[in-house]
Amino acid sequence: MAVSEDIDAAATAAHGLISGAATLDALKAAEPEILGKKSALGQFKRALGGLEPDERRVVGQHLNAVRETVSEALDDRRAELAAGERRAQFEEERMDLTEVPTDPGLGHLHLVTQTVQRLEDVFVGMGFTVSEGPEVETDWYNFEALNLPKWHPARSMWDTLYLNLDQGDNVLLRTHTSPVQVRVMQEQAPPIYTICPGKVFRRDTADASHLPAFHQIEGLVVDEGITFGDLAGTLDEFTSAYFGGAIKSRLRPSFFPFTEPSAEFDINCVICEGSGCQTCQRTGWIELGGCGMVHPNVLSNVGIDPERYTGFAFGFGIDRLALMRHGIDDLRDMFTNDVRFLTQF
Amino acid sequence: MKVLLSWLREFAPIEGDPTELGEAMSMLGMAVESMEVFGSLDGVIVAEVMATRPHPNADRIQLVDVDTGDGVALQICCGAFNMAVGDRVPLATIGTTMPNGMEIAKRRMRGEESNGMLCSADELGLGNDHDGIYILPAEVELGAQLTEQLGLGGDVLYDLEINPNRPDAMSVAGVARDLAAHLGVPFMMPQWSVGESGEPVEDVASVTIHDPQLCGRFVARVLRDVVVGESPAWMQLRLSLCGMRPINSVVDVSNYVMLELGTPNHTYDLAKVPNGHLGVRRASESEELVTLDDGMRTLTGADGVIVDDTDSAIGIAGVMGGASTEISDITTEVLLELAWWWPRPIAETSTRLNLRSEASTRFERGTDWALNVNAVNRFCDLMAAQGATVAPGHIDVWGEVPSRAVVELRTSRVNHLLGTDMSRDHVASLLEPIGFDTEPVENDVLVTVVPSFRPDTTTETDIIEEVARHYGYATIAKTVPRSPDAGHLSAYQQERRDLRASLAGAGFNEIIPMPFLAPDALARTGLSIDDPVTLANPLAAEEGVLRPSLLPGVMGVVAYNESHRNLGVRLFEIGHIFMPPRGDEILPDETEWLAIAIAGAQADAAKRAWDLVAGRLGLRGVTVENRDDVAGMHPTRAAALLADSTKVGMMGEVDPGVLAAWGISQRVAYVEVQLDAILSMPHGDRAYRLVSTHPSSDIDLAFVTPDAVPASAVESTLRATAGERLMSLRLFDVFRGAQLGADSRSIAFTLRLQAADHTLTEDEIGAIRQNCIDAVEARHGAMLRA
Repeated sequence: MAVSEDIDAAATAAHGLISGAATLDALKAAEPEILGKKSALGQFKRALGGLEPDERRVVGQHLNAVRETVSEALDDRRAELAAGERRAQFEEERMDLTEVPTDPGLGHLHLVTQTVQRLEDVFVGMGFTVSEGPEVETDWYNFEALNLPKWHPARSMWDTLYLNLDQGDNVLLRTHTSPVQVRVMQEQAPPIYTICPGKVFRRDTADASHLPAFHQIEGLVVDEGITFGDLAGTLDEFTSAYFGGAIKSRLRPSFFPFTEPSAEFDINCVICEGSGCQTCQRTGWIELGGCGMVHPNVLSNVGIDPERYTGFAFGFGIDRLALMRHGIDDLRDMFTNDVRFLTQF
Repeated sequence: MKVLLSWLREFAPIEGDPTELGEAMSMLGMAVESMEVFGSLDGVIVAEVMATRPHPNADRIQLVDVDTGDGVALQICCGAFNMAVGDRVPLATIGTTMPNGMEIAKRRMRGEESNGMLCSADELGLGNDHDGIYILPAEVELGAQLTEQLGLGGDVLYDLEINPNRPDAMSVAGVARDLAAHLGVPFMMPQWSVGESGEPVEDVASVTIHDPQLCGRFVARVLRDVVVGESPAWMQLRLSLCGMRPINSVVDVSNYVMLELGTPNHTYDLAKVPNGHLGVRRASESEELVTLDDGMRTLTGADGVIVDDTDSAIGIAGVMGGASTEISDITTEVLLELAWWWPRPIAETSTRLNLRSEASTRFERGTDWALNVNAVNRFCDLMAAQGATVAPGHIDVWGEVPSRAVVELRTSRVNHLLGTDMSRDHVASLLEPIGFDTEPVENDVLVTVVPSFRPDTTTETDIIEEVARHYGYATIAKTVPRSPDAGHLSAYQQERRDLRASLAGAGFNEIIPMPFLAPDALARTGLSIDDPVTLANPLAAEEGVLRPSLLPGVMGVVAYNESHRNLGVRLFEIGHIFMPPRGDEILPDETEWLAIAIAGAQADAAKRAWDLVAGRLGLRGVTVENRDDVAGMHPTRAAALLADSTKVGMMGEVDPGVLAAWGISQRVAYVEVQLDAILSMPHGDRAYRLVSTHPSSDIDLAFVTPDAVPASAVESTLRATAGERLMSLRLFDVFRGAQLGADSRSIAFTLRLQAADHTLTEDEIGAIRQNCIDAVEARHGAMLRA
């Protein structure tokens, strides 16, 4: 049958065009010649109308089958070319992710700030607010209100830096953040649950464990019915939250003019967890800070009735916590502000 | 305060494991700082030097022949040269294991035999003296075991940290009392007595107290036939182990009694005290005196002095004796002073003279006025054992002494403060063993009489602390109180945290420089501040100024980093600065500031950093104003930050001259702003503006504008003119070129316009555009760039 043979020949030519197109663009350009109205196969479709019905049916079926095959071949080829071109594009975009220089571009908060924020978060979780105050203070706020009259021998516990302000020794750099506690008690009626982190000052020569300016956090609770047991329990709860559940605290009798009973606040050595090592001199304990029940004279000095209200206070160094956590030997390293130090944490 | 266990045991039958006893003392508030257990030192015996000879083959060692009791010379090679023939010395015999673990064997040193080792005190673990061989007191028995002769085997030395409120624990007896109470064993204070002979004391000596508020009690005795020589070996050893250098038989006894009973005392050469008379008065202004340490001391009317019969000062009361009546080698008659001084004048004098002695430390904490007579008798007892005779009787003159405090102690208050549930009798049982007399008067109340050795204890709370100590801090049940309010940061604290996080996220590292500056730092930084706040007593001149700006500290950090090859650092600091007090204020004007520095960057980097801050905090109303006169900053690349018309900060580039003065070779972009000021202005918490679902339109406008007109002025005009349809405004290009003229530049903005309720029409957009052009051209002498 001549027509069928002609159709087959046209189909062969169309398949040739399909496989001959090397790119999607070429294939698209060839599409009218393959299946378009003016293509050979398109021409046959138009010519069907001139055939006898029987022949038309037979030729028509054959033509449709052939066109379907060509159409499938066209789709397959298109998909094949598209995939190849995508692959080529990807290949062109290939990137070695291990050759990218490391630069997170992030800055770092100072270790002291990081430590303060961790401490604040623990105490905020325990219901405390955070109080701040001036770093320069009067003698009254730093000493006298805290039950340390001018001649008191215990003043020698703090080597104080004084300022030249034509006021004698009245104005000084606070030696602890306790004056903030005094200010809070003056401004706020109990119940008081607050912590006071901040910069404090001592007349110390710089060495591996001393600087004239360093950081401290103190806490104050004043309410009805606050007991020494509350102090011990609060410090225990803080210790577990901050250092981890395995670390416990203990209190030892001590002396501070502004608290009574007073105590040293020890925690299990964070290195050996209490079994004894070099860091804790084999005692299993590290001295962290001081604490005690707020002295009645201190409460009276700020107008709080010590018979109605009782309270406790505690304080410890912040810088040393940072040194301990990161194994830093020399306090001074933390304050030279060398970016090679700052960016490690 | 160092104490020996054997010494404590002279006051109470204290038994137990040395470590556990140390733990007990720590938990009583006498923290053990160090503990040393002495071994028996088996094999170390007393030998006597018979002869010393040079070593034939060595210069640094010599040959020493010693007698170990049998009269036979035993040759030892020895590297020390401090011994003389007849000296008794410790010999570690063959087979001895030294405290450091070394075993002594028979050896040859450069060809000469050595049959043991002569030891220093340090090598035996008996003190720090390692300068030479330990020369023993003459009376130790030849050939005997050393520790037996010294009474030391198995002894324990504790170094205790004694708190200022525990004057009682500044003595062996006081520590023993506290520990005995804890252990539940009896404490016993001996009552010493001594045989007397010769002329009675009142015939040779007298005492007058002229100031009863200075001296509360003055007890004196006279000793005769005193031979100033060496004190007994056991006493020398105890003194040196407890940190006091043995001096002579009189001074050693004086120190021994002070350590044992906590009663400082003073000895005078009676022959040098005219008529044996001592008086106590305040010094006259500028009165002078040479003290025992040969220092000339100038006194004031507040200081106490001891005077002789001619009213000449011969000692500073309670602090240090005078040189003129000092005991010497030829002293035979001693006048002994055991006084009780009021603490406060002693504290003031020793502080003012910067003269702290073992005596003043004890007196200023408060000694026991009830113990004076027993203590002088202890002194005489120890001197009599060395052959001195004691004149009959003692002088006992009184000034004023504090009465023993009588305090009503409420059991309920004890339990209220401690969180315990003790009975009244339980409380009493804790106080009685440490010397507090208690008498129950009601169900709740104990009338408590404080012992004279606890002058620190005057109030109910003071006594509650004693109850707590002996109840045991660790025994008190732990409880956790709960605040009725939620814990939180203040808004300021939260925003400061957010700002820190944003700055770190943008690549800035936080620094914390010391807040002190060297005196020239301000001038170097181009800051001229009248009367910066300075320190009265800095330890170093470089720390003499309290910073009135964060800039010098930041410059120091940039310079430090540059000198360590850290270039291009991006830093920030949040800290306080200090200006002189305003008006009648007492305290300096102290404010909290933020500083940002970018090394290796120009002024525009400062502006971008400021935009980050302003955007993060949602600041409204802080404007940037170019200024040529910002101190420390580049004259043509700086701006002031203004809130209303108040300057709250600055930014731009640091003045190249300042950078040079700090040795910085990079440009540095810098922002400084008063954080507490900008956060007290309206900021943040912006009201929601509906996100329109209608399309927005952008119009670009470029104006040729004179250089004198800041871009911010054009921007303000555009914002004001475009009004509520303006969604955003962005300066996207600045262009300078010859065609625009020398003193002008083109600045180009994109305005995004949008309405909440409809799509803007071409006409609406065109009207806004024209209004903007007209306004900028009219107000700023600008021209729309075609």
